[in-house]
Amino acid sequence: MSRRYYIDFERPVVEMEDQLEELKKLPEAHKPDIIKEIKFLEDQITKLKKRVYKNLTAWQQVQMSRHPDRPDFVRYLDLIFDDFIELHGDRTYGDDLAVIGGLAKLGEQNIVVVGQEKGKDTHDRLRRNFGMPHPEGYRKAIRLFKLAGKFNLPLITIIDTPGAFAGVGAEERGQAQVIAKCLSTLSSLPTPTIAVNIGEGGSGGALAFGVCDRVFMLENAYYSVITPEGCAAILWQDKEKAPEAAEALALTAKKLLKMGIVDGVIKEPLGGAHRDPKSTAGKIGEILKKTLGDLLSKPVDELVALRYERVRQFGVFSDRQESEIIT
Amino acid sequence: MPFTDWLKNRTQKTQEAANKRAVPDGIWSKCTICGKTIFQKDILNNFHVCPECGHHFGLSGHERVMMLLDDGSFSATEEDLWPKDPLGFIGSKPYRQSLNNAIETTGRREAVTTGFGRIKGNKVGFGVLDFRFIAGSMGSVVGEKIARLFEAATSERLPVITVVSSGGARMQEGVLSLMQMAKTAATVEQHNQAGLPYISILANPTTGGVLASFASLGDIIIAEPKALIGFAGPRVIEQTLDEKLPKGFQTSESVLNHGMVDMIVPRDELRETVGRLISGLSPVSSDQNLGDQVV
Ligand SMILES: [Zn+2]
Repeated sequence: MSRRYYIDFERPVVEMEDQLEELKKLPEAHKPDIIKEIKFLEDQITKLKKRVYKNLTAWQQVQMSRHPDRPDFVRYLDLIFDDFIELHGDRTYGDDLAVIGGLAKLGEQNIVVVGQEKGKDTHDRLRRNFGMPHPEGYRKAIRLFKLAGKFNLPLITIIDTPGAFAGVGAEERGQAQVIAKCLSTLSSLPTPTIAVNIGEGGSGGALAFGVCDRVFMLENAYYSVITPEGCAAILWQDKEKAPEAAEALALTAKKLLKMGIVDGVIKEPLGGAHRDPKSTAGKIGEILKKTLGDLLSKPVDELVALRYERVRQFGVFSDRQESEIIT
Repeated sequence: MPFTDWLKNRTQKTQEAANKRAVPDGIWSKCTICGKTIFQKDILNNFHVCPECGHHFGLSGHERVMMLLDDGSFSATEEDLWPKDPLGFIGSKPYRQSLNNAIETTGRREAVTTGFGRIKGNKVGFGVLDFRFIAGSMGSVVGEKIARLFEAATSERLPVITVVSSGGARMQEGVLSLMQMAKTAATVEQHNQAGLPYISILANPTTGGVLASFASLGDIIIAEPKALIGFAGPRVIEQTLDEKLPKGFQTSESVLNHGMVDMIVPRDELRETVGRLISGLSPVSSDQNLGDQVV
């Protein structure tokens, strides 16, 4: 039996992969019959994976985005950037470990990178509050956003949070206030900015890192005004209806690209980013470098004006009452 | 998932708040908060505030205009914007149906009223969110009208006053509603960088994505007494933490103590206070209004 974590719908794939492992471990594994069998099984697995992963439902993608083995921000930090120097603290109250940021290099380019960190294992996840920042985290982020602006360093933000933390301290220290401040700060920051959503884009807590010149999403990431469970609880008083809610909310990368909310979707390996973090990181790095090249060729004033236009055009409305249009 | 719980509870809480707002019909009314029987006329003459317990009942955009702006000074803008159903959202009931119900019961086409008028002679841009319209939630139209209000005020070099009462971003327009937070915040920031004053008034209840965007970006933030003001709803937080909440948590009085608002102003003093603030923020003599200084 595999000790790997898998989502229900992945079970057939994982079972077949386990069989393959068993076969390969056999003392007779080098014999022609077994080799043939291994080859056959490998083909079957490829076919099955295509069938299972090519047409994921919205809910299945949400599950993928939360997969415990999914690479976290720190993993990508190692794989994509060089010479990272972490900077701590909000200069007001504390150092929120759900947000990591500092100076780094993307290729030859000095940048500031700030991201939401869910943690790599149980212990780490507890420390990092499962990637749900407190106001300190957002204040630290604002501090680093401004640092990037002051020194004309391009800013790269990484989004991966189920949402800003809901708690007494978080409220008392101004959760709403700091999220609003993140939005306004990013909207006018005088430097190129790129956001990448690597997993969960939960509501305002995610958007706080997302008001950038370009916004990208990994294929299995989601971005939503509310979690599917939250939406289901409100609509049907039943969290079990989260899959229906996920569908209704149009929160998948593909749909958001179509709606013009994000500028690009970064492909993941079949079966999700965790099956090959290196290649996924490679793709993210490539797109960051290319995009940054484009952005750096424009004057900062123009970038800020275009960024404003970008958020300004979001929204769908009519000059007539809907019921008059649709019968 | 703690999030699900808080969102669910937030809805319950806002629903309760909605129930509390209604002053029942008839000559005599029972206050939904203190239970005392009161002449309805006394509530109406008292700025929709219970004369016994001081509870501030909810108000429509029109009532807010009447209460805050100089008589006859208000002219509404962008009345040709209607909400759409971009996702074809069907929850427990279709979004289009919720919209049409809200339009029918409020006589308004959206949760937002914007326009220009005068407060104590000062020309201002003015925006209100009405809780009766789908919990005052912010979808594309609300975001667009708020954005246009700030843009117009920026180009005419006018202060902006908003009065909000809202459950947050409107779920039924999905991520488009979320983006309204970014959009409104960006327009407030432009107005801010132009050196113009923004006074944000928070009424009961103000939560979620509206509080976490433009409503929190005022140069001055005023709360009405005893309003519920918070990012996440109280019972949700209680469930998340599995502990009792501090007394008066997320009330105007508590958020004032924690430094989140500048002042609590009862409704009958609101107009006077806002007028003085606008004058006080102007470097020129207080009798002058900002709009007339710029030709
Ligand atoms: Zn009363």
